[in-house]
Amino acid sequence: MKLKRALLLAIITIATVLTGCEPLAVLDPKGPQAEVQANDIVMSIWLMSGIVIVVFAMLAYMLFKYRASKQKKDYEPPHIEGNIWVEAICVGIPVLIVAFLSFVSVQSNYKVEATPPGYEDKEPLVVYASSSNWKWHFSYPEEDIETVNYLYIPTDRALEFKLYSFGPITSFWIPQLGGQKYAMADMVTTLHLAADHPGEFMGRNANFSGKGFAENTFDVTAMSPVEFDEWVEEVHKTADPITEDKFEELLEPGHLGKMTFTGTHLDFKPAPEGENSGHQHHHGSNDDEEENHDNHEENEDHENHEDHSDHSGH
Amino acid sequence: MEFFERFAIPHPSPAIYASMVAIGLVTIAIIFGLTYFKKWGYLWREWLTTVDHKRLGIMYLISAILMLFRGGADAIMMRAQLAAPENKLLDAQHYNEIFTTHGVVMILFMAMPFIIGFMNFVVPLQIGARDVAFPRLNALSFWLFFAGAMLFNISFVIGGSPDAGWTSYFPLADNEFSQSVGTNYYMIAIQIAGLGTLMTGINFMTTILKMRAPGMTLMKMPMFTWSALIANVIIVFAFPVLTVALAMGTLDRLFGTHFFASTNGGMDMLWANLFWVWGHPEVYILILPAFGIYSEVISTFARRNLYGYKSMVASMVIISLLSFLVWVHHFFTMGQGALVNSIFSITTMAIAVPTGVKIFNWLFTLYKGKIEVTTPMLYSMLFIPLFTIGGVTGVMLGMSAADYQYHNTMFLVAHFHMVIIPGVVFAMLAALFYYWPKMFGFMLNEKLGKLGAWVIAIGTLLAFMPMFFSGLDGQARRMYTYSESSGFGIWNMISFVGALGLAIGFALIVYNIYYSFRYASRDIGSDPWDARTLEWATHTPVPEYNFATMPQIESVEPFWDDKKNGKKLFKDKIEKIHMPNNTGIPFIMGVLFFIWGFSFIFAMWIPLIIFTLAIFGCMAYQSFENDHGRYISVEEVEETENKLGGKR
Repeated sequence: MKLKRALLLAIITIATVLTGCEPLAVLDPKGPQAEVQANDIVMSIWLMSGIVIVVFAMLAYMLFKYRASKQKKDYEPPHIEGNIWVEAICVGIPVLIVAFLSFVSVQSNYKVEATPPGYEDKEPLVVYASSSNWKWHFSYPEEDIETVNYLYIPTDRALEFKLYSFGPITSFWIPQLGGQKYAMADMVTTLHLAADHPGEFMGRNANFSGKGFAENTFDVTAMSPVEFDEWVEEVHKTADPITEDKFEELLEPGHLGKMTFTGTHLDFKPAPEGENSGHQHHHGSNDDEEENHDNHEENEDHENHEDHSDHSGH
Repeated sequence: MEFFERFAIPHPSPAIYASMVAIGLVTIAIIFGLTYFKKWGYLWREWLTTVDHKRLGIMYLISAILMLFRGGADAIMMRAQLAAPENKLLDAQHYNEIFTTHGVVMILFMAMPFIIGFMNFVVPLQIGARDVAFPRLNALSFWLFFAGAMLFNISFVIGGSPDAGWTSYFPLADNEFSQSVGTNYYMIAIQIAGLGTLMTGINFMTTILKMRAPGMTLMKMPMFTWSALIANVIIVFAFPVLTVALAMGTLDRLFGTHFFASTNGGMDMLWANLFWVWGHPEVYILILPAFGIYSEVISTFARRNLYGYKSMVASMVIISLLSFLVWVHHFFTMGQGALVNSIFSITTMAIAVPTGVKIFNWLFTLYKGKIEVTTPMLYSMLFIPLFTIGGVTGVMLGMSAADYQYHNTMFLVAHFHMVIIPGVVFAMLAALFYYWPKMFGFMLNEKLGKLGAWVIAIGTLLAFMPMFFSGLDGQARRMYTYSESSGFGIWNMISFVGALGLAIGFALIVYNIYYSFRYASRDIGSDPWDARTLEWATHTPVPEYNFATMPQIESVEPFWDDKKNGKKLFKDKIEKIHMPNNTGIPFIMGVLFFIWGFSFIFAMWIPLIIFTLAIFGCMAYQSFENDHGRYISVEEVEETENKLGGKR
């Protein structure tokens, strides 16, 4: 009885606290992918609550009914080996539940790994999002713009984020638009998102990456396509071009505010995809490989910035 | 001076200096105490050189409890730092070191020795054996674990603690981003302890398969022994992967290879895969023996046989197979695509089925029972609802598309704590209360015990339930601080209160041990719980040979049948008993491995070579030593038996 009361108390406390708050970010989706995920989450919470209640009820019943204090002193519990039918039910029902969840899970997997429905008519907006300790660099190759630590996106187009890292593994996450994906140094991963409505959202690196991890966040602003185009134009009028030297400076470990540039670093420092990917070996071109290594080491040491132009373009 | 600079703490704080002083004082106090009370000889003869599985078990448990408090102190510091937004109690570097050591200490140096300690104490008694198959190897296992644990624990006062998380993902853990020797400690200390665990795995597999009492077929083994057998099979398959991964990581850090580096063809993803190919089965190495403990405790205090013995065994075998097929769910977000994620999503959720079977079997064991809620039983009854919450959230995490939202958040942290604390820690506490009388000859206080159980259970709920919500609200794990506007404050404050509750609960257990040691009755007989399995059929304290004569096993509950149905367990006459001799070699090897590891961590190559040779020297000595053990004569056995109340 004590047990039930304590658990009930805990549930009530949590429920009271809950109702007093804003909706939880993940359950307040602002894009189709986040909505798929929020639906899965809410559905599974209900289903799992059902299981929890069944288990709690059975436990409470057993503890209530078969306590030693409720029985005769000379009562000897029987020897029961098990019953094939009872156990078949105990296996069968969970199998059905897992089968149902698997069905949903597989469908959702293909949904979140593709351009969301309703956005297929337009080419997705490709944004290269790369992390360095402890910043995010957003390159818009189509618009020829690069930003640091903030992201402007239009609402009418699907978004295709190409993720990679100039350091430890990070994870690109905008909870209200959709779940996260890793950004790694030796390959590019793709995350499909889209924003339904204009608004401002929190974005961050979710994967621990060292001392500056907690502050490794970025702001996301979704706006109408017209506003987005205006922003692009304005950037081209006002912002300075990004240079290789400038970019090397940005890569230095530390925190930066928001920054805007024209051009992208992809021109002189391509993303690790295709033939640039980290674990692709180019057999028969050992000299190039050597040169490549030197380049990397210099980057790591942050020395001899002047020399970089000699190595660029591979 | 230059030589000593490497041992300095790269990022010191007053708390660390205070710890240095405290460690120094405690060490002096221990040395002084042992000398003053003339206990060096006793310590050496009875404990440091022992090969007795019961004493090794107790030493494992003492280590585990010490490490519980070390890891617990880390936890309190973390929760205190996060209790309020923008708190300045710890800076980022200290917070990173603390959560890294919290994870490693709790999993590898608390939960593992707790489990292995009970395996050591209980398994030979449950199967009617006189010791494990390889008693000296068993001692070596313990001393390697202990050397590894101590080596890891000195990191924060010598050279700096690891700070790349307990998962130690590369390239973060590589020299470029983790410059202190901290991650060397991680690689080497876990390697040493892991070798010990691998030996334990081989030892207990052999023991359980070859040394059961006459008549005890596999399907008549007690459930804890079954769980231990399966856990040790998993150890033997999983730990070599860890050994290799750690060796590659060591090579990367100390010898300039590029297995996991992000340049020159290295693959950071390879580390993640190797780590979790070991790491996920590791979870089941912990949880299966815990399930075994619950099976023993629930059956004893429901006063009934375990319901569905065969399906219990089958579900554990299935879990052990599935445990090797789910590792990718630790990084659904690594970009392997919908097909791979779908496969691992299904295998992950499938584990819920055999686990569910076990929950239902425990519930049906209560059916028509005569339930007595003692402290061990209370832990088991609190385990079922709390673990169910942890378990179903695990199924939710298994839905890979949704996992993109849970991954790396407090939701995940809440899930695995709600699984590991009710699952493993409650089981270990239940076992501590349950086996305490067999180990020490008195019972722990029931009133204090039950109070502690309630405080710990409520503390667990308060500490971890809020994390489900803050995770869904976007709080990533491993953040040392957060802004006021994020709205995470209230959840983290509740968590902090819960963490304090847990601290009080564990303090109550320590007080209980002290209180019971002083006031508890010593006249408790050898079967204080009216239990059912073989470990309760021998005397308390258990004589070094465990059983004077071999029991004859006819059922799963031989001792119960002996007591209630008159099927005599012990029919033979006493004969002389063959026992292994004590040896100092395992302890010495532990010390050598400690210094070897220390040299390795600081890249001091000359001592490393010397101690490598010394370790091989010990192995050679052990190999050529001609020691066939000793016999305990019939008279001696009879004398011991009479002293303990007569032969059974």
